[in-house]
Amino acid sequence: MSATAETVDQVKDLTADKYKYGFSTEIEMEFAPKGLNEDIVRFISAKKEEPEWMLEWRLKAFRHWQTMEAPNWAKVGYPEIDYQDIYYYAAPKQAGDGPKSLDEVDPELLKTYEKLGIPLKEQELLAGVVAVDAVFDSVSVATTYKAKLTEMGVIFCSISEAVREYPELVKKYLGSVVPYSDNYFATLNCAVFTDGSFVYVPKGLRCPMELSTYFRINAENTGQFERTLIIADEGAYVSYLEGCTAPQRDENQLHAAVVELVTLDNAEIKYSTVQNWYPGDENGKGGIYNFVTKRGACRGANSKISWTQVETGSAITWKYPSCILQGDNSVGEFYSVAITNNAQQADTGTKMIHLGKNTRSTIISKGISAGKADNTYRGLVKVMPKAEGARNFTQCDSLLIGDRCGAHTVPYIESRNPSARVEHEATTSKISDDQLFYCMQRGLSAEDAVGVIVNGFCKEVMKNLPMEFAVEAQKLIGISLEGSVG
Amino acid sequence: MSLLKIENLHATIDDKEILKGINLEMGPGEIHAIMGPNGSGKSTLSYVLAGRDGYEVTEGSVTFKGKDLLELEADERANEGIFLAFQYPVEIPGVAGMTFLRESYNAKLRHHGEPEADAMQFLKMVRAKAKTLNMNDDMLKRPVNVGFSGGEKKRNEILQMAVLEPSLAILDETDSGLDIDALKLVSEGVNALRNEGRSMLIITHYQRLLNHIQPDFVHVLAHGKIQRSGGKELALELEANGYADFAEEAA
Ligand SMILES: Nc1ncnc2c1ncn2[C@@H]1O[C@H](COP(=O)(O)OP(=O)(O)O)[C@@H](O)[C@H]1O
Ligand SMILES: [Mg+2]
Repeated sequence: MSATAETVDQVKDLTADKYKYGFSTEIEMEFAPKGLNEDIVRFISAKKEEPEWMLEWRLKAFRHWQTMEAPNWAKVGYPEIDYQDIYYYAAPKQAGDGPKSLDEVDPELLKTYEKLGIPLKEQELLAGVVAVDAVFDSVSVATTYKAKLTEMGVIFCSISEAVREYPELVKKYLGSVVPYSDNYFATLNCAVFTDGSFVYVPKGLRCPMELSTYFRINAENTGQFERTLIIADEGAYVSYLEGCTAPQRDENQLHAAVVELVTLDNAEIKYSTVQNWYPGDENGKGGIYNFVTKRGACRGANSKISWTQVETGSAITWKYPSCILQGDNSVGEFYSVAITNNAQQADTGTKMIHLGKNTRSTIISKGISAGKADNTYRGLVKVMPKAEGARNFTQCDSLLIGDRCGAHTVPYIESRNPSARVEHEATTSKISDDQLFYCMQRGLSAEDAVGVIVNGFCKEVMKNLPMEFAVEAQKLIGISLEGSVG
Repeated sequence: MSLLKIENLHATIDDKEILKGINLEMGPGEIHAIMGPNGSGKSTLSYVLAGRDGYEVTEGSVTFKGKDLLELEADERANEGIFLAFQYPVEIPGVAGMTFLRESYNAKLRHHGEPEADAMQFLKMVRAKAKTLNMNDDMLKRPVNVGFSGGEKKRNEILQMAVLEPSLAILDETDSGLDIDALKLVSEGVNALRNEGRSMLIITHYQRLLNHIQPDFVHVLAHGKIQRSGGKELALELEANGYADFAEEAA
């Protein structure tokens, strides 16, 4: 048997166990009744002790959602979702509402996060320290370094807490980038969002810590609808990381998040995601449906929003982190690695909407497909009439491993200003037998060889990740491609 | 005991027989040259020894350090001490030379149950070796072989060999495409790696490389078989007469 064929067999045996975050936590949970109706929306709002305006907004979204139809333009296929067969609220019993101090958090939960490599404890404030908001199913269970951050004027808390404690900020910005009527999944999120993170960085402050949220879906048949809102006031800077995992289950689970970013004059937000939801097994059974709306508005002049994503998990990914470049000279960036293996499907990309003068955007997308997976880059670059001197550079590279997978590139370009310059480059390549043999001749196993080659292919994107994340992401790329050679 | 023993080796690519009964025995520290016309199967022999997919051994055996080499996968053979300097080194975009070397080096250490190398010490060691091959830091940062000139690629192969310290190095036409200065540099690099524990199989079409790297034995490969073996004077004879003597009837 050839080296690669044998490796594939060995790895196949392992596939079932390879998703090391596939365990579930035994903990007493409280659920809302299954299904979706106005009462459920009220139930969630009441659980969160929300003010009336928040409930009204949710109900408005819910009523609008009932008039909408699920989109079908993405190049993904899945059976129709029964929205009445999902729990919209699941919370550890003792969690009550809002995170507590770390000593009060259920040890079972602390153990879960430790197992996931996210220790929820505070150390001395050193460079490279990351503050974490941990969201477990529908609630935030802990937020670290809160006191330290508050001292500096940074607000970092769960969105539920923000709705109660900082209503003016929330009212002003929530739904201002992704309106409640935006799209099917975003609108659903507006109605039933349960938790997520809220960040406000005050004028002129460079937030000295990386902030991060770690999402964990644990409960069965539960949708996760988190909502994140990040505001960088004038001259502020923040780097934010998002990580996610879910137990290995045979049923598909829905995750429909909304993330909104706002930068005012001279502000910058760097948003990095390593998405590692359970992808389903090699036959496509189980896994997360990841239908996410992420959008940032560069409201102020000279402001910048940079999205970096490494998408390795989920059965289906449907996601287009976008930038609305309103302020003059504002900058939008999108760096993406999307890996699909086995039966995974990803339709991902970005939208760069140029409104202000001399706005600039860069898109670097690296799609990797293996197994019989499908991977589509879908992007829109739109230059509006007033965006004098706007510039975009787009590069989309696809890498195929084996001959049963697919890569597709769908770039839309709409330029309504003649002074704009929009450039697009695209390549498709394969990992060659020559490359594999060369690496193996130097002692790398077939799997490691693929990992090295793919990491090289993704280099331009990976180098944008914060150090602590980059190492993890590199390993993840290796893991998610296991069994792909042959 | 011999380091490598090839007996009656037959191999096919796509059902076409290329190697038709090779016999060759190499002792530790010996340098053997294999010469032969284009298309005679020299690269094929190197690939079969290194364990490349698609090359099927139909008959014969290869013993390396007393073990059945043909049982091992390509990466295992590499980690057991077989190194192939490629005729056409392969580009790996985005992977820095230093990273690639470290991955390879650590793979070998892991294979032998040893802990991975200390990053700083490894860096120092590689830099020192690169210097003797006239390779600067910049070349180690660049992606493996991407945009390298022919000479740079070959030097990079020798650097990898110097770092991985194989017990059997197979050099496939390492001289091809090199100008005289580059040839000297590469030969010096190879000579510096000669020692009593390391054997080399030097594949070449021309004898000029053998002016720089003196072989102990010379073999002529034609039509998938070793047609003649001798000392280094055989290389000179070939230089004078060409491979005409080994035309079809000799097969
Ligand atoms: N992939 C292949 N498929 C079919 N025939 C091949 C392949 N590779 C090499 N050959 C043939 O095998 C023979 C030996 O090639 P090779 O080993 O490269 O010779 P050399 O290195 O001595 O020039 C040639 O006739 C060549 O055409
Ligand atoms: Mg050859």
